[in-house]
Order: sequence, then C-alpha cells, then structure tokens
Amino acid sequence: MIEIRIHGRGGQGAVTSAELLALAAFKDKKYAQSFPMFGVERRGAPVEAFCRIDKEKIMERSQIYEPDYVLVLDSTLLKSVDVTKGLKKSGLLVINSKQDVSKLNLNFEIGKIISIDLNSIALNIIGRPIVNTAMLGAFAGITNIITLKSLTEAIQERFDEKIAIKNKELAEKSYEIARKFVLGMKKNEIQ
Amino acid sequence: MKTLISGNEACAIGAKLCRPKVIPVYPITPSTHTAEKISELIANGELDAEMIKVESEHSALSACIGAQVCGVRTFTVTASQGLALMHEVLFNASGLRLPIVMGVANRALSAPINIWGDQSDALAERDSSWLQFYCESAQEILDTVIQAYKISENHDVLLPSMVCFDGFTLSHVSEPVDVPEQSEVDEFLGDYIPYYKFDIENPKTIGALAFPDTFMEFKKQQEDAMRKAKETIKIVNKEFSKKFGRSYGDGLIDAYNMEDAEKCLIALGSLCSTAKVVVDNLREKVGIVRVRSFRPFPSNELRDICSGVKAIAVIDRAFSYGHAGVLYNEVKSALYDLKERPKISNFVIGLGGRDVRKEDIEFSIKNADKNEIFWVNTKE
Repeated sequence: MIEIRIHGRGGQGAVTSAELLALAAFKDKKYAQSFPMFGVERRGAPVEAFCRIDKEKIMERSQIYEPDYVLVLDSTLLKSVDVTKGLKKSGLLVINSKQDVSKLNLNFEIGKIISIDLNSIALNIIGRPIVNTAMLGAFAGITNIITLKSLTEAIQERFDEKIAIKNKELAEKSYEIARKFVLGMKKNEIQ
Repeated sequence: MKTLISGNEACAIGAKLCRPKVIPVYPITPSTHTAEKISELIANGELDAEMIKVESEHSALSACIGAQVCGVRTFTVTASQGLALMHEVLFNASGLRLPIVMGVANRALSAPINIWGDQSDALAERDSSWLQFYCESAQEILDTVIQAYKISENHDVLLPSMVCFDGFTLSHVSEPVDVPEQSEVDEFLGDYIPYYKFDIENPKTIGALAFPDTFMEFKKQQEDAMRKAKETIKIVNKEFSKKFGRSYGDGLIDAYNMEDAEKCLIALGSLCSTAKVVVDNLREKVGIVRVRSFRPFPSNELRDICSGVKAIAVIDRAFSYGHAGVLYNEVKSALYDLKERPKISNFVIGLGGRDVRKEDIEFSIKNADKNEIFWVNTKE
C-alpha cells in the first residue's frame, strides 16, 4: 500500500489533488481512498490531504502517520510546517519551488527531494499559480504510480470543460518536465 | 457502476435510489455533503423530490412525519446537536409507526464544542424506538439506506431507521463504491405501501391521546415490532445479497475470524475495518464481531458467537457517564446468561474525532482479560 500526504494552503486545491489522485488510481484499476485533514479549513491556512493506493481493497481507516510520498504545493509552508514529519526514510518528497533542494534546508536526505518550479509552468498555461494538477502531473512523471492517461481523465471528470482543458495541458506539461528531470537524475547517478 | 465517492455521497445516492418524495433538511457538519449531493441530484433532474429547507432539525423531522403520513417515502440527514434537537420528535416518529429513514453522520456532542466523529449522538437516542444500523464503509452506507427502507416499511416492523456512519472517517473519505442500477433497486424495494395515510375521503386523527388503559399496549407493540425486526433484518440482508451480491454478516452482526477465536473485539462502525488489519497481523487467535444493528440489539447472536471465547474487548466511541461505555453495557448484559462467562473489558477510544490508531486496537486486544474500563490514549 502506498500512502501520500499533500501539503498546501486553503484554496490551493490540496484536497482536490488527493481526490484526483485517488480517482486516477481508481481509473488505473487500483483501489484508492482519499480524505482531507479532518476539520475546519480557512483560505490561506496550512492544510493537508491524504491518499492511499493499493492493488487490494484498503481496510485501514486510521490517519496517515508515515507517508511514502509527501507533495508540497507551496514552499512558503516550510517556514511553519514540518513537511517531512513521519515521511518514510525510503520515501520521496516533491516540492513546488524555484530553489535548489540543497537550499531548502529540509530535514531529509537530499537525494530523495525533488524540487520543481511548478509556479512558472502554471503561470504559462493557466495564468495563475494554481499548481495542484501540475503537481499530480509531476508525481505521475516521477513515480508512475498513476498513469498520465488516468490523471487527465480524472481531471476531465472532476472539472468543468473550460477549466479541464487548461488543467489537462498543465498536467501533461508537468509530466513531461518531471520525466526529463527523473531521466536526467538517473543519468547523473550513473556518471 | 463502480465509482469513487465519499460516505456522504454514498448516503445521498442510496437515498436517491429509494425515491423519497419529500426531503426536509437542516444541514450540519459532518453530514452536510449528503444534503448538498441530494440537492444536486434534484437540480439535475435525477431525483424527483421536494427538498424543504427548514429552520431547524426539530422541524426537519417534524416535516418528515407530516409528509410520511400523507403516504410518501421521506428522508433526512443530520448529526450531533441536530440529532439531539430532534430528540422529542424521534419518539413521535416511532410512536406513530412511520418508516422514515435518516442518515446520521456520527459526531460528538457539545460542550466543549467539537465537530468531529464519535458515536455519542446516535447512542444517546438508544431508547427512541428507532432501528439503528452502524456502517463500516461507504458501500455499506449506500446499501444500508436501501435495506433500511425495506426493513422499516415491512408491516411487521413499521419503525423508523437511523443509518449511522462515522463522521469524517466515513462521511469525508472517498473510496470505490458500486452503485446499483435504479431499475434493480426499484425491483428490490417496490412501491411504498403505507400502513395508514391521510385521506380526505376518510378523515382520521393520528397521535391522539392514549389514556393509561391503552398506552402500554402501544408501547408493547413497539417492542414486539423491534423483536420482529431482527428476523426482517436477516431476511432483507439475504435478499439483498441475492439481488446485489453483497451482504453484511447475518445483517445483525458481522463476524470476522471468529471460527476458533480465543479473544474477540466487539465494536460499532468503521474502526472494525482497521481492526481487521490489526487482527490479521497478530499471532493470537483473535476475532472481531461488528455490531451492525445496535437496535434491535443482537443479544442471542452475540451469545452464540461469543460462547467459548475467553476474553472480550469492547471498544466504545461513546460513554454513559457515571457508568461505562454504551456498547459495553449492552454486550455485558447480553452475555450474562452464558454458562461460562468470558472476561470483558471496555476501551473508550476516539471521542471527539481522536484518531483510532492500530496501536489503540492492539492495546485493547492485549488487555481484553483485565475486566476493567480503560480510557485509551488520553493525556494525564
């Protein structure tokens, strides 16, 4: 079973990301569960959302304490939230940031952090720094846990046509960039 | 059709499939999304019903009574303070023998104010003569709403039903749910045939004054109906299984790993799902009995399945202050008649939305034979 935690701020679409992630996995014929941080949400305040993905039916209904993946939609959260809390040593953290991972001062093995500037991709395509679908595209590109096809289908299903078109484009672009990034990383490792 | 939806959405779709005609609601967290989804289904033309936005939960259930006596199916949904505000109307609905079905997204009661999940709200209405079902998954919420109409409307039963599901843990979690076809549910449920209804040609009074010489007979009939409901619940569970390929234990209790269990865990609701993962990873012979129908209470079924078990851990997400956990009281009383009584301990867990963790369940199983009441994972 794979457990994922998404960090964002109220209004940035973290909860929607978890839902889309679960929906994409479901479309990939896997079993999935998504849920928000239970409680009250305020615009701009730190929020968390969660997703479990497995081949088998998921029976666990407790909260997620030791995620395999952490996705951070907003790097300003690093000032107030311990985004690496509980993250498995074998896990991976993907963050939307312009900064190089070495400058992020995260309490986690640098090789297992991927920093991608999703804001600029989103600004180019939708004209606003809303990166939730970009993050999922990148996540698909990095991990292959969900397929790009199912992700775009999930976006199509979840949003109105106009918003869906732009978000699918955004997810596809981020997927491509992430794939290149991962292939580049592997090459570096070999050298 | 398989789809990924939340517990609240499953509740709304379950209700929609039963074609209620009047749905009075006063939205309250964590049940609000059920009401939202129903209003969406009505707006889309998928459900032909009138949704009445009332001024309180007291009015919501009163409006259900008013509509139901006119001969149509009704539905409403609530939680916590909302259910508490319905308290006096609950007794009217059951006393009038109206098969109303209501979703309850279980949530703690104030004070201190708390919007999160536990089962204090519905369990406090234990004696209201409503059937109470507790669900383990979003699928079970949808299925139980359908079953509840069939059970409640049976003329041997004619008592209203609460379909209870843990606030947030089920109401706000999205997971795969198989949504049956409308035509299949229509075949399963049939048209609503009221036992009595208002008719301008034949005027009648309902809920008239009952003097001491008749009141007890009315109440005795309610209890007879509750006893008959046990059999009806089992039959409907079987029929449901035949039609849709899904069933939940015998309808009253859902047993897991109980064949040669030496210890067992008894609880209500979604924590039983997590408990299955815990039990699978233990080396001991531990089973789980999930009480699906809290009212009517499956005393005989519990006695049968627990005979031979040495120690029982009863987990409660509600407490009867000054005594013990609510489910624990019921289980202990049911098992008193066993020749060899097991040791029974009570574990109070997850009040006001505190997460029910695997380690809390492990702790409960480990200490089942202590004959004590534990408040688990609490600060000093």
